[in-house]
Amino acid sequence: MTAPVYNFAYLDEQTKRMIRRAILKAIAIPGYQVPFASREMPMPYGWGTGGVQVTASIIGPDDILKVIDQGSDDTTNAVSIRKFFSRTAGVRTTTATREATVIQTRHRIPETPLTEDQVLVYQVPIPEPLRFLEPRETETRRMHALSEYGLMHVKLYEDIARHGHIATTYAYPVKVAQRYVMDPSPIPKFDNPKLTDCPALQLFGAGREKRIYAIPPYTPVVSLDFDDHPFEPYRHDAQCELCGAADSYLDEVITDDNGSRMFVCSDTDYCETRRATGKGAQQSAPATEHRS
Amino acid sequence: MYVAVKGGERAIENAHALLADVRRGDRSLPELTLDQIEQQLALAVDRVMSEGSLYDRELAALAIKQARGDLIEAIFLLRAYRTTLPRFGVSEPIETGAMRIRRRISAAFKDLPGGQVLGPTFDYTHRLLDHDLAEGGGVPPAPTAPAETVTFCSVADLLARSGGLIEEEVPLDQEVGDLTREPLSFPADRDLRLQNLARGDEGFLLALAYSTQRGYGRNHPFAGEIRYGEVEIESFAEEVGFAVPLGSISVTECQSINQFTGSTTHAPRFTRGYGLAFGQSERKAMSMALVDRALRAREFGEETGAPAQDEEFVLSHSDNVQATGFVEHLKLPHYVDFQSELGLLRKLRAEFFARKDSIEDEQGMQDAAE
Repeated sequence: MTAPVYNFAYLDEQTKRMIRRAILKAIAIPGYQVPFASREMPMPYGWGTGGVQVTASIIGPDDILKVIDQGSDDTTNAVSIRKFFSRTAGVRTTTATREATVIQTRHRIPETPLTEDQVLVYQVPIPEPLRFLEPRETETRRMHALSEYGLMHVKLYEDIARHGHIATTYAYPVKVAQRYVMDPSPIPKFDNPKLTDCPALQLFGAGREKRIYAIPPYTPVVSLDFDDHPFEPYRHDAQCELCGAADSYLDEVITDDNGSRMFVCSDTDYCETRRATGKGAQQSAPATEHRS
Repeated sequence: MYVAVKGGERAIENAHALLADVRRGDRSLPELTLDQIEQQLALAVDRVMSEGSLYDRELAALAIKQARGDLIEAIFLLRAYRTTLPRFGVSEPIETGAMRIRRRISAAFKDLPGGQVLGPTFDYTHRLLDHDLAEGGGVPPAPTAPAETVTFCSVADLLARSGGLIEEEVPLDQEVGDLTREPLSFPADRDLRLQNLARGDEGFLLALAYSTQRGYGRNHPFAGEIRYGEVEIESFAEEVGFAVPLGSISVTECQSINQFTGSTTHAPRFTRGYGLAFGQSERKAMSMALVDRALRAREFGEETGAPAQDEEFVLSHSDNVQATGFVEHLKLPHYVDFQSELGLLRKLRAEFFARKDSIEDEQGMQDAAE
């Protein structure tokens, strides 16, 4: 299905040029949030309008698009965004990470390592890592300008003092290229190590907040921590019950009213590929663990 | 199998089909036409045009129909359409002093040139449900009088002309900003603030305006003047060297007269707040004027700190399309983040109980020893 009344990939060329300029600036200053004149999109703010605008500005007719939400290609919003682009740009879409040239994501980085030929576009709800410490934009911009990140370390320290651990489990702050503290969007901190030295270009779009930022390929990205409390990615101590993966991020699924649950890969493509190549646990009874 | 949450695509299509079905409702009843909405729900159309920031009654009516009467959804539809339109240029400032008046009242003066023109208003009605309306039926035409051909200058202008009792309007000497083309940054100039407020949610502005009346950033407002009617829109055409008329639109304007300021160098005078909305949107225009004035607190060196005076707070949260999107995005899956929280919480709880057990064990041993 095509909608001829709209330009290729919905946005008009002027708007795309404006967004591309913002993207170029973002690439030039890794981790810095570039303001851009975000447009109203035909999907609601908070549902990926930033990512959609970035994707619309970089996608070409030969690109192959993959869209994931929570690691899955088949969640409602991923389906909706993928359909949007196949309708307005007529591009090929895929669920295979290896095949895609542009991957738009919400809340996950694919398990399959990315390559130089790929761009990962993140949907970002709140781009400002300091926002919950300081609600004012004028203040946070000043703090970034002066690299005044003490407040963030105090927050992490207070977590340790109170809980014995850093209590940030997703959207875990990172420092990009030794300069800007950046919010990696609400990916689980399990994914943070994939940010650094990544061969793919990583672009972050926040539509409602009108910001774009980037991690260029092969850029060092460090998760904030302390010498005596080093950063540790969290993973459930379990294997995927479908494919047996012991290295992927797991979703917990409740399987009955008694609280029985099982763990499965959050990255559906990773899981399916493994199963297709004959890996995987025996597909026995799913309920393996009962709530005590 | 339970885990494979497949079929999202078909489920979405079916949900949309169901939406279309309930939108139409009982097929034995006549379907709403856009003309009916535009004529009989005119104030809803006005609000959708104002906050959708697109003056087109027919499209606004379509949006209301499509949104099943959910006005914020209708505003969203109109905005999403507006964003695809090319922007040719900026019109000349509209001259509300030359408005063809349908309603014009001043709460500051009992009578004034042009008089008080009540126009179509709920203001003096008794809010009693009118069961005759439920029946429908003929409505006799309203009494009319020959149209006034004179135009009335605004009350604020009258005050300004009477020896500077109110601050002068300072024309903008730079190109007017547009927050749909440039991201808003702070501090924002008044043109951008007013644009933001004009697009802002009526309910949000109403509550903020109300809060200034209740002491959170008080600024002693008078409804200097509220007027509603048609104004000409003109655009300057480079080729011919003069402004050409494009048509007329109806707007509501509110100019508030607010507490005075003075200093050793400036004689005391009233200050202004300004509100403007498409169609007849008085509540919106008045709220906007009060909030505009509240946001000028810093300019006048007034004490600030109330929510309505806080530019970042007001301008960042006034847009209902942004607000509704972000609040409602909580409906999207958050499994991944929730898993992370769950994992940490379990770990913290395990540590808590392990600690408790070891303390109890110690106590147990102490008890045994005693």
